[in-house]
Amino acid sequence: MYEFFTTTNLGIALTIVGQVLLIVVPLLVALAFLLYYDRKVWAAVQMRRGPNVVGAFGLLQSFADFLKYVLKEIVVPAGADKFVFFLAPMLSFVLAMVAWAVIPFNDRWVLADVNVAILFVFAVSSLEVYGVIMGGWASNSKYPFLGSLRSAAQMISYEVSIGLIIIGVIISTGSMNFGDIVRAQDGAGLFSWYWLPHFPMVFLFLISAMAETNRPPFDLPEAESELVAGYQVEYSSTPFLLFMIGEYVAIVLMCTLVSILFFGGWLSPIEAIPDGALWLILKIFFFFTIFAMVKAITPRYRYDQLMRIGWKVFLPLSLIWVVLVAFFAQYGAFWGTYARWTVGG
Amino acid sequence: MTVADFAFYAFAVTTLVGGLFTVLARNPVHSVLWLIMAFIGSAGLFVVLGAEFLAMLLMIVYVGAVAVLFLFVVMMLDVDFAELKAGMAKYMPLALLIAVVLLMQMGMIYGTWQFADGAEAARRAVTPDMTEVENTAALGQLIYDDYFLLFQLSGLVLLVAMIGAIVLTLRHRKDIKRQDVLAQMYRDPAKALELVDVKPGQGL
Repeated sequence: MYEFFTTTNLGIALTIVGQVLLIVVPLLVALAFLLYYDRKVWAAVQMRRGPNVVGAFGLLQSFADFLKYVLKEIVVPAGADKFVFFLAPMLSFVLAMVAWAVIPFNDRWVLADVNVAILFVFAVSSLEVYGVIMGGWASNSKYPFLGSLRSAAQMISYEVSIGLIIIGVIISTGSMNFGDIVRAQDGAGLFSWYWLPHFPMVFLFLISAMAETNRPPFDLPEAESELVAGYQVEYSSTPFLLFMIGEYVAIVLMCTLVSILFFGGWLSPIEAIPDGALWLILKIFFFFTIFAMVKAITPRYRYDQLMRIGWKVFLPLSLIWVVLVAFFAQYGAFWGTYARWTVGG
Repeated sequence: MTVADFAFYAFAVTTLVGGLFTVLARNPVHSVLWLIMAFIGSAGLFVVLGAEFLAMLLMIVYVGAVAVLFLFVVMMLDVDFAELKAGMAKYMPLALLIAVVLLMQMGMIYGTWQFADGAEAARRAVTPDMTEVENTAALGQLIYDDYFLLFQLSGLVLLVAMIGAIVLTLRHRKDIKRQDVLAQMYRDPAKALELVDVKPGQGL
């Protein structure tokens, strides 16, 4: 039986399908509760109760919403490009899921252990802009189009600084594999993680991640006060649901990236306590809480301010940081915390 | 057929179909979308070849940035492509001639092309041993260790091109008001605000 699943083509294919389901199904179920949690945090900040009707404490609210979305009628605007109109939400859902293939949940617990994992995630997240652009264009409507144009400019701007921040981490590790990046942070618990040597970049990364995922305070592409709902205006029913799930999965992915790159992934903060996947989940949950709080607390940015921060503040800062990290790593400054190379050197 | 063969044919067909429909599509936005499909197919071909770093770079640079700008421009410009394509019959003979020449060159590569003695060895000599270092490290060693000066030189050429593009398009407009963020932030509320006690029925 074991040989069938590890040697024959069919067996390997079945194993991979099983592993994919093992990642996707818990992720989607967790997402249902994260959506509920997001709304609860938002409500608590505004001293409201939030969803509290469906199920105990409103826990089943997301499932009720799911049923509502699926059972509504799909409306296609007149003059819409039908093929692209339906391709866009599917694309944004699938791309958000694909990136999870290279995320390690524990030591060696990863679907595809590729050498360039971090570039893969970066490439996939740079493709996510297509769902937004295509959806906005295919709707054949003014607000969606304006929203998609904003989104394209915004996502490209913040990708640049995210890329540069990631390069700093890659220089410190000497590898682009997520497993290697986490293992390089192993050592004296909490204080050997990358947040300490790469301290200023943690904030830059968090803010850029919010801008990259069109999350408040940078949700200009769907600013309801001016663009109604941006690229999602013309979408209803299941296509809208796909957009929304895609967006939230991308947010959770960004939380995961912060945890892996700067906060030691599956490593435990205190050396005496064993490492495990639970730590990664706790860290993701913590950063999701931060995302939810920021959404509830901060007002929306103005578009020109957003662009100014991206190009005139974040880009120069992260570029200077890359040069600094390269310098520190080469000359072994700060007791070699910037150069944790396991190969080459 | 092994898995690698299957992947090769899948990606090759994707690339070819994408390229074909880039030319055939009537709507320019559809053309760009097909072009993106061709890019993704060729990135897959790079992965099959074992050049995963180049594949990811192709995805990030071409699909993630260049094609987005293409799409941006094509959506914004209201070009009448039916009018552009009307002149196609006139240029068809020239296009066919170019196609035939290209086809002949391809045929020559497969038919009569021969490598010089030692060309293979000369190429092998600079390539790091792929069994020892991974793809990315091998590229890094070639670019940053062995051919560092050439790499810097090409970087300089790009820099010159970039500065040239900026110089050509940059113009300072004196007749518009600009926002100075620092000046705004350092304004003193005591000087900027004035509290006035307005008497009813009089105004200021």
